[in-house]
Amino acid sequence: MHDSQVIAGEHLRPHYADMEQQRETATMGMWVFLITEIIFFGGLFTAYLVYRSAHYDAWLIGSEHMEFWIGTINTVILLCSSLFVALAVHAAQVGRNKMCALYLGLAAAMGLLFLGFKGVEYHQHFVEGAVPGSLWHLQVPDANSVQMFFYIYFVMTGLHALHVTIGVILLLVIAWYALKGRFSPQYHTPVEISGLYWHFVDIVWIFLYPLLYLIGHKKA
Amino acid sequence: MGTLTTPAVERENYLNADYGIKSWLLTTDHKRIALLYLISITAMFMVGGIAATLIRIELLTPAGDFMSSDTYNKMFSIHGIVMVFFFLVPSIPAVLGNFLIPMMVGAKDLAFPKINLASWYLYIMGAGLMLYVILTGGVDTGWTFYTPFSSTYSNTHVIAAVIAIFVAGFSSIFTGLNFIVTIHRMRAPGMTWSRLPLFCWSHYATAVIMVLGTPSVAIALTLVALERAFHIGIFDPRLGGDPLLFQHLFWFYSHPAVYIMILPSMGVVSEIVSTFSRKRVFGYSFVALASIAIAVLGFLVWAHHMFVAGISAYAALVFSILSYFVAVPSAIKVFNWTATMYKGSIWLSTPMLYAMGFIGLFTMGGMTGLFLACLGVDVHVHDTYFVIAHFHYIMVGGAVMGYMAGIHFWWPKISGRMYPEVWGKLAAGIIFVGFNLTFFPQFVLGYLGMPRRYHAYPPEFQVLNVMSSAGASILAVGYILPLIYMLWSLRYGEVASDNPWGATGLEWRTPSPPPTENFVETPVVTWEAYDYSTVPEVPVAR
Amino acid sequence: MWQSLPLWPSRASSMAGRTDALVIFLIAICGFVTLTIFVLIFVFAIKYRREKHPVAVQIEGSNILEATWTLIPFFIFIVMFVWGASIYMAEARPPKDAMEIFVVAKQWMWKFQHPEGQREIDQLHVPLGRDVRLTMISQDVIHSLFVPAFRVKQDVLPGRYTTTWFRATKPGRYHLFCTQYCGTMHSGMIGEIVVMEPATYQAWLSGGNAEGSLASTGQKLFQQLGCSSCHRFDTQGRGPNLVGVYGRPVLLDDGRTVIADDAYVRESILNPGAKVVAGFRPLMPTFQGVVNEEQVLSLIAYVKSISQPEQREPVSNRPAVPPHPSPVPRGR
Repeated sequence: MHDSQVIAGEHLRPHYADMEQQRETATMGMWVFLITEIIFFGGLFTAYLVYRSAHYDAWLIGSEHMEFWIGTINTVILLCSSLFVALAVHAAQVGRNKMCALYLGLAAAMGLLFLGFKGVEYHQHFVEGAVPGSLWHLQVPDANSVQMFFYIYFVMTGLHALHVTIGVILLLVIAWYALKGRFSPQYHTPVEISGLYWHFVDIVWIFLYPLLYLIGHKKA
Repeated sequence: MGTLTTPAVERENYLNADYGIKSWLLTTDHKRIALLYLISITAMFMVGGIAATLIRIELLTPAGDFMSSDTYNKMFSIHGIVMVFFFLVPSIPAVLGNFLIPMMVGAKDLAFPKINLASWYLYIMGAGLMLYVILTGGVDTGWTFYTPFSSTYSNTHVIAAVIAIFVAGFSSIFTGLNFIVTIHRMRAPGMTWSRLPLFCWSHYATAVIMVLGTPSVAIALTLVALERAFHIGIFDPRLGGDPLLFQHLFWFYSHPAVYIMILPSMGVVSEIVSTFSRKRVFGYSFVALASIAIAVLGFLVWAHHMFVAGISAYAALVFSILSYFVAVPSAIKVFNWTATMYKGSIWLSTPMLYAMGFIGLFTMGGMTGLFLACLGVDVHVHDTYFVIAHFHYIMVGGAVMGYMAGIHFWWPKISGRMYPEVWGKLAAGIIFVGFNLTFFPQFVLGYLGMPRRYHAYPPEFQVLNVMSSAGASILAVGYILPLIYMLWSLRYGEVASDNPWGATGLEWRTPSPPPTENFVETPVVTWEAYDYSTVPEVPVAR
Repeated sequence: MWQSLPLWPSRASSMAGRTDALVIFLIAICGFVTLTIFVLIFVFAIKYRREKHPVAVQIEGSNILEATWTLIPFFIFIVMFVWGASIYMAEARPPKDAMEIFVVAKQWMWKFQHPEGQREIDQLHVPLGRDVRLTMISQDVIHSLFVPAFRVKQDVLPGRYTTTWFRATKPGRYHLFCTQYCGTMHSGMIGEIVVMEPATYQAWLSGGNAEGSLASTGQKLFQQLGCSSCHRFDTQGRGPNLVGVYGRPVLLDDGRTVIADDAYVRESILNPGAKVVAGFRPLMPTFQGVVNEEQVLSLIAYVKSISQPEQREPVSNRPAVPPHPSPVPRGR
C-alpha cells in the first residue's frame, strides 16, 4: 500500500502525499497569485505609459511636484524591510522562531513607517493643491494633463499602499505563529510564501519610484 | 471497487458522510463545493434567463411598449452581466471542474481546498451584491461598461455592479489558481501529462486565462468605480482622458474570457465523444495543444472588438490577421472530434446528442466569427444582431450545451442515480430546435442592420424578431425540463453503477457517488488515456 | 409577405457591392463547412451506431490529416483577411476631393452641418455619386454612426474627431442608426440619409440658409470671442497669425513639428497649453466650456478658409491680410 505520509509532519494536510508536495504546492500557488497581481498593477502601468507618451511635458511637471525626499526615504525603508523579511525566512529555516518573529516584527514596523510617511506625503500634496479634481489649485501650465499625472499617481500609490497594509497584517500574523514556535526546518512554508508576497510589494514600489519621482528631475 | 452488492448510494459516500448545514457550508470537500456552486449557478442562470425573457417579450413589437427605455437598458445589461460573469465563466469549471479534476488526476482533493471554499463564498458575495443591484434599480451600462457613459453619465448602480463583478473575478482567479497547481503538482503516480484526460487539458488552459486575464478587467472596472466615486478623470475626455484606454483594458480580459467560457465545454465534448464512440480521441496531442494555443492566441486579439472604435487602420490589420490565427486551433478540434466518430461504436445517449449538437452549433458560431474577423465585413455587422447571434451560437449552442452534456454525463457519478433517458433526449431535442429558431433569424437581422441594444426598432424587422421570440419560448421549455427530471431522479432515478457508460477516466474507477477521499487507495496509472481495453463494455440493452 | 420579411439590405453605396460580394463568399465557405460537419456527424452516428458496429476501430491520429485540415483553413483565412483588409483600407482613406459634412452627435440626436451653412438634425441630404467625408465628434458619450444601406459605420468619440466616407449610388431614403449604446434613448437616436440627384441637391442646398456658410459663422464667432484681438493678421499679435496655417507644419516651442489639422486646431482652442507655437508665450486662455463642438467646427471651417491652397510658405511674419475669405487665390 502506498504510504501517503512519508514524512509525517504534524502540519501535513491530509490530501497531500508528503511535506515536500505540500511545500511545492504552496509555493507554486503563491507565485501564480503574484502573477495575477502583476497583471493587476500592469493595467495601471499601461495607463501611465499611454498618458505619459501623450502628455510628456505635463508628466515632467508632475514629477517635479513630487515629494522627492519622502519618496526616497520610503524606498530605503521598503528595501530594509525586505532585508528583514529575508532574514526572517532564514531564521525560520534554521528553526529560530524567536528571531524569525523579531525580524518579521521589524519588517512590519518598517511597513507601518512607510505608510506613515505616505500619509504625510499625501497631506503635503493636499496642502500644495496637487490633489486633482475640485481640490486642485496648483498653478502649472497644461493643468489638465498634470492633473492626469496626479490621478494616476494617487491610484497607483493608493493601491500599492493597500497591498502594503495587507502585507503588514500578513507579516504580523506569521510573526505571531513564530512566537508560538510553530516553524521548524521541516515546516516553514508560511514564512517563505509571506516573504514572497512582501518582496513582490517591494518590487512594485521599485518600479513606481523612478517612474513617478525621478523623471525629469533636475535637482541633485 | 464497484463489485459490492450494496449500491454506492447507500454506502458511505461524500453525500452522506456528514449531515447538517455546517457540514456543507464549512466543507472543504471539492465535491460538496461543486454542488454548492451547482445550486448557486443554476439560480443565477434563472435570473439571467428572466431578463432574457423580458427582453424577448419587448422585442415582439417594434415599439418600446412593454417597458420603459431605461428599464429595457437595465434588462440587457443585467442579462449580459449575470450570464457572463455569474453563469458562463464559473459554470463548467466551478461545477464539473471542481468535482472531477482531483479525481481525474488521481488526487484526494484540489491543491488548496480552503481556497476552493473561499472561492465559493466570494462567488456568493458577488452574486448577492449583484442581486442587490438588480433589486434596487439595476445598472444600465451594458456588460461592457464603456466610458464615459459608465464613468460619468449613467445614473444607476454602476459602482456596486462593478464591485460585484470584481469579487466574482477574484473567485474565478482562486479557481484557476487551484486548477493550475493541482494539475501540476497533485497527479497520481503514472499520470503523466500525456495521459491526462482532455478535460484536464482544457481546464488547465482555461485556468491560465482566468489567472492572467481577470486582473485586467479588475483594474479596468476599479478605475471606473474610482472615477465615479472620486471624480478622477482617467477616462474623461474633457481632461484629456482617453475612453479607448478603458476599452483596451476591458477587452484584454473580455476577449480571453470568451475562451474561458468555451474551453471547458470543449473538454467535456472530448470526453463524451470519446466515450460514446468507444474510441480514443483522434489526434489527442493536437487537441491538447490546441487548447493551449487557444489560450495563448486568445490574448493577442482583443482589439477585434474595436475595429470601428477609432483605432488606427494598421492596428486593425494586425488584430484581424491574429483573429484568423486563433480560429485555426478551434477548427482543428472540430475536425478531430468528427474523426473520432469515424468507425467508432456510437451510442446515441443524451450526453452524446448534446455533444453532437455542440459540434454543429459551435462550428456555425465559429464560422460566423470569421465574418467578424474580416475587416470589411465587420464594419457593417459590428454592434448589430449579427454579433449577438454569433456569440449566442457559441455560448448557448456551444458552452451551455456542453454544460448540459457534462451534467448529464457525470450525473450518475455525482448523484449515484441515472436521469430518465427519454426525457433527457426530449429536452435535448427541444433545446436544439428552440435555440436555432431563436438565434438564426438574428444573423439576418444583423446583416439587415438592426443594431444591438435597441429597445424599439423599425417595423420591417418585426417578423424576424417574432420568430426569435417564439424560439426563445421553446428554448425556455427545454431548459426547465432538466431542472424537473434531474431533481426527480435524485429520489426516483435508477441507481447508477460505478461506470454506467463504460468510460475510461479515473473518476469512473471509483464508486458512484464517490467516497469523500475519492479513492480508497491512490491509483497508480499504467495505461494511456482513453484505453477502452481497460474498462468493461456496457451492453446495448441499457 | 416578402415585403414584411426583408432578407438582404439594399445596396446604395460604392462599398455595398464589395462588402456583399465578400459576405457571399464567406457564406459559401462557412455554409459548406458547416453542412459538411453536420452531414458527417449525422452519417457517422447512423452508420457506426453500436447496434450495427459493436467494435470501434482505435485510430490514434494522422499527421497528414492534421496538416491538411490545419493548412487549408489557414490559407482560406488568409484570403478572407486580405479581401476584407482591402475593403477596410479603402474605407479608412477618404478620397482627397470628397465634400465635407460635419457631424456632432449628442444624447440623443445627430446634428449635421454642411459647409455651405445648412444644418440638419437626424436627417442628412447628400448628392448622388459624390464622395462625402464625415468628420464627426460627440458632445458627451461614445455614439456610432451606422448606415446599413451604405455598409458604413464609425464610432463617434468625445474629445477627438473620427472620420468616415461614402459615395451614394442610389437615390432614396436610408436608415441612419446610432449603434453604440449611449443611454436611455439609444434606440431613438435614428434618422435617415436622403440621397438626391445632384441637381435636386443643389436646389435643396440653396433653398433656405439665412445664416451663411459655416466659415462665415466661424468668422463671426472669431470676432465675438475676442480671438482676433490676439490672433491679428500681422506680426503684432500676442498669438500667431492664423492665415495660411491650416494644413501646414507648425513648429512648437519644445522643438516638435506638428501638422495643423482639425484635431490640432480643436486642441488649440480647448487646451491651448498643450502645444505652444515656437516664439510665443503660453498666454491663450482655454475656451473649454465656452464653445461647444459645433462652434469649434465653425471656427475650424473659418481657419481653413483663410488658408489658401496655393500658398506654400509657412506663416509667421506676413503683411496684413484682410479678414474676409476671398475666393480668388491670393498671389504673393
